[in-house]
Amino acid sequence: MTPLLTAILIATIISGTPLVIAALGELVVEKSGVLNLGIEGMMAVGALAGFAVTYHTGQAGLGILAAMLAGMALSLVFAVLALTLMANQVACGLALSIAGLGLAGFLGKPYEALSLPQIHPLPIPILADIPIVGTIFFHHQILVYVSWALFAAVMVFLYKTRAGLLVRAIGESPHSAHAIGSNVIAIRYAATLFGGAMAGLAGAFMSIFFTPLWDERMISGRGWIAAALVVFATWRPARVLIGAYLFGGVMILQLFIQGSGWQISIPSQFLSAMPYLATILVLVVISQNRRTIRLHSPMSLGVSYRPD
Amino acid sequence: MIALQLRESPSKQMVWLSPVIALALTLVICPLIFAALGKDPWQGFAVFFLNPFSSAYNLGEMMLKATPLMLIGLGLSIGFRCNVWNIGAEGQYLAGAAAATWVAISFAPMGGGVSLVMMGLAGMVGGMAWAAIPAFLRSHFNANEILVSLMLVYVADLGVSWLVQTPWRDPAGFNFPQTIQFADGFMLPVMFNGLRVTWVFPLAVILLGVAHVFMRHSYLGFQMRVAGQSEAAARYAGFSLHKTIWVGLLSGGAMAGLAGMAEIAGPVGQLTDKISVGYGFTAIIVAFIGRLNPIGIFLGSLLMAAFSLGGEQVQQYLGLTSSIAKAFQGLLLLLLLGCDVLINWKIKLKSS
Repeated sequence: MTPLLTAILIATIISGTPLVIAALGELVVEKSGVLNLGIEGMMAVGALAGFAVTYHTGQAGLGILAAMLAGMALSLVFAVLALTLMANQVACGLALSIAGLGLAGFLGKPYEALSLPQIHPLPIPILADIPIVGTIFFHHQILVYVSWALFAAVMVFLYKTRAGLLVRAIGESPHSAHAIGSNVIAIRYAATLFGGAMAGLAGAFMSIFFTPLWDERMISGRGWIAAALVVFATWRPARVLIGAYLFGGVMILQLFIQGSGWQISIPSQFLSAMPYLATILVLVVISQNRRTIRLHSPMSLGVSYRPD
Repeated sequence: MIALQLRESPSKQMVWLSPVIALALTLVICPLIFAALGKDPWQGFAVFFLNPFSSAYNLGEMMLKATPLMLIGLGLSIGFRCNVWNIGAEGQYLAGAAAATWVAISFAPMGGGVSLVMMGLAGMVGGMAWAAIPAFLRSHFNANEILVSLMLVYVADLGVSWLVQTPWRDPAGFNFPQTIQFADGFMLPVMFNGLRVTWVFPLAVILLGVAHVFMRHSYLGFQMRVAGQSEAAARYAGFSLHKTIWVGLLSGGAMAGLAGMAEIAGPVGQLTDKISVGYGFTAIIVAFIGRLNPIGIFLGSLLMAAFSLGGEQVQQYLGLTSSIAKAFQGLLLLLLLGCDVLINWKIKLKSS
C-alpha cells in the first residue's frame, strides 16, 4: 500500500468523523419519529462552545462537554416547539439552523482568527503497531474512537435493547406505543436531546480537533449532509457509517488532487463543490426507489403527536 | 397548571396576533440581551430598534435592504403555501446575479432601460434555472427539495467565486475577485437623490399584488392552495402535484434571481464573491412572519431590514458586531413558531 493511499484513508476517516457522529445522532432522533433539520445550527453552536471553552480553560475535555451541552440546549428549544407546542417540525428545524448559525456568528466574533494548539493523536497501544492497519485505524484523535463506540452503542441500543425497540415503535406508531403505556413525548424528548448532544459533539470535533479554529462558516453544510446521509442510509446505522466515510472521502479528495502536483486543469471551486453535488446525486439515486424509502423510513416521521 | 385545549376551529385573529406577540417578546428580551452583553439596555434598545427609523437616509437603507427580502419572501411564499420547501433561495439569488452580470459585461448599454429589462429577465431566468434543478429532481426522482436546493447554495457560491476569480475577473482590478464596474446603462436608477433605494422597491410592492391575485383568483393558484392544505384532496380532485412543485420552486427562483439582479445593478454595481449576505435565508423568516400573505410579507421584509440596519447601528455606536441582527432574527422566528401554537390551541388554566 502506497503512502499516498494510506494518507488518503487516514484523512477520509478524520473528515468522515463529524458526519458519523452527527448523522448517528440524527438517526436516533428520526427513528423516534422526529425530524430535526437543525443539525447545521446545533453543530455551529457546538463548535463555538467547544472552541471557546477549550480556548479559555485549555481543557479539550471541558470543551467537548460544553459543546454537547450547547447542542442539547438548542435541541431542547426545538423539542419544546415541535414536541410540546406541536409546531411544524420542518419549520422548527429550519428555524433552529437559521437561529443557531446567527447565534454562533454573533457570539463567535471575538474568537475569529484565534486558533487552538494542535492536539496529538492518541495511538491505541499494541493495535497501533500493526503495520498499515494500525497506522490507518488506530492512530487517531480520541473522538474518532468515540465515533466507533457510538456506532456500536447505537446498533446495540436500537436493535438489542427494549428501550431501543420502544424508540423504534414510537417512530412507527406513537399511538400504539402510547396504548401500551409508554410516554411518547418523554422518549421523543430524550431522543431529540441525544441528537442535539451528538450534533454538538460533531461540532466540537470540527473546532477542537479538525481545523482547530473557529470560523462562522466552518460547518459549511456538514449538518445538512448529515441529514441527507440518514435518508441515504435508509435509516440503517451501518449504512450511515459507510455513507459518512464516502462523503468524508469526497471532501478530502480535492486536497489530495490539489496537493498531488498532478497537472489537472479543474478549477478548485469545482472540486470543492463535489461533496454537495455528490449529496444531490446520492439523494436522487436513493429517493428514486419510493418503495425502499417507504419501507425503511419511520412511519410517523415529522408528524406531530398529541397524547389524549 | 397550564394546559392546552384544542380550539374548535383555528383562530383567525391569532394568525395575525402571533407575529405581533412574537415581536413584542423580542422587544422585551432585547434589552435583557444588551444588559447581558454589558451595555446599557435602553441605549441598546434605542440604537437597535429606533435608529433605523430616525433619518431619511436610514429609512432609505431600510427600503433598500427590504427590496430583496420582499421579492424572495414573495416567491418563497408561493411554494410554502403548497408545502414546497425551497430553502435554496440564496443560491437562486446568486445564479440570478451571475446571469444578470453576463448581460452587463457582454453587451453594450442600450437606451430607454432596455439593458435593465434584459438584465432583470436574465436574472429571473438564471434564478429559475437554478430552482429548476430541485424541481426536476423532486418531481421525477422524489429527491427532497430542501436538501437539494440547500446543497445548490454552496455550489452557486463556489460557482460565483470561480466566475469572479477566473473568466470574469476585472483585468484592471488588482486581482480582486470581482468583475468590472457596470456601465451606467446597466445600473438601476435610484428613487430619491442621496438615497440608495432603487425603483425595484415599488416594483416589488406591485409584484406582491400580482402574486396575491394569482394565488387568490386564478385556477392554478387555487390548485396550489388546495395542494398545500391537503395533498390527498388535491390528488383526488385530479390536480397535478408536479405542477405545484414546478410553480412553487420556479416562482421562488424567479424572484430570488430578480433580487440578485437588483443587488448587483443597484448598491453593488458589479459581481463580487461577497454579494451573498443571507437574503435568501432571511426571506424564509419574512415569509413565515408575514403569514405567506402579501401585506404580511411587505411588513415582514421592512421589519427584517430594520433588524439588519439595527445591527449595523449597534456595530457603529456600541461596538458590538452587526451579526447580532441575525441572532435577533432567529430569536424572533423561534418565538413566532412558539406563539403559533395559539392558532390551534387555547391556553387553559387548570386548578389541580
